[in-house]
Amino acid sequence: MSTIQSIPIANYILLSTVLFCIGVLGVLFRRNAIVIFMSVELMLNAVNLLLVAFSSYWNDPAGQVFVFFVMVVAAAEVAVGLAILVMIYRNTGSTDIDVLNKLKG
Amino acid sequence: MTMYLFYFLAFLAILCGLMVILEKNPVHSVLYLIITFFALAGHYLLLNAQFLFIVQIMVYAGAIMVLFLFVIMLLNLNKETEPHKSNLVKFAAAISAGLLLVVLVAAMKGAETLPAPATTNADMGLVKNLGQVLFTQFLLPFETASLLFLAAMVGAVMLGKRDIK
Repeated sequence: MSTIQSIPIANYILLSTVLFCIGVLGVLFRRNAIVIFMSVELMLNAVNLLLVAFSSYWNDPAGQVFVFFVMVVAAAEVAVGLAILVMIYRNTGSTDIDVLNKLKG
Repeated sequence: MTMYLFYFLAFLAILCGLMVILEKNPVHSVLYLIITFFALAGHYLLLNAQFLFIVQIMVYAGAIMVLFLFVIMLLNLNKETEPHKSNLVKFAAAISAGLLLVVLVAAMKGAETLPAPATTNADMGLVKNLGQVLFTQFLLPFETASLLFLAAMVGAVMLGKRDIK
């Protein structure tokens, strides 16, 4: 008996919704850009979990391949994002997003 | 048994996810995020996605989180110097996220009536099966992903350089 047959899919939907909302809360809540990046990773992982759950539910491997591509995009995003962050720190001396208000009119 | 394991892993993931955003020290945030990723890897194993289980541990908990830790150590951010947002902004953020949660849960209502799947394939998450799908049906996205990685690598090196001549 496989897990997806014993645990209702609604539980996975609820779990990934809660994780996604925690990520949204982190993006709105914190000022440190690194923690905001981590919250974005949390949101991506919540979506990954739902993709895997439905892939297992519908018996379709395409969902798991999608998760693989999401991980690829997340890795590229983190590499470039952290490079930008290091440059911001070098120029402003902090990673506080409220310091970066030059574009504000 | 599986039910208890599911609830334990779900509880661990949500608790550590909350700690990521509530912890003041960024290093502790990274460590809690690693626990969250391990909990999600456990979920993948429960869902018969063995390949993604290994990839989650190697890529997320291994590579991406080490990158985060390196940057935090490099910038010397492992102290609680972060000035906090005003209470009004915090309150508004909590309300917005809570409302989003309510909306999403309401939108997903009705999923509990979905029947359990009749057939499952325990071998679906293995490398053999996924590789076959990846290299036939998803060959073009796979090659595009390699281009994306090349662009990201060049971009990261460009941004990291101190002065570009």
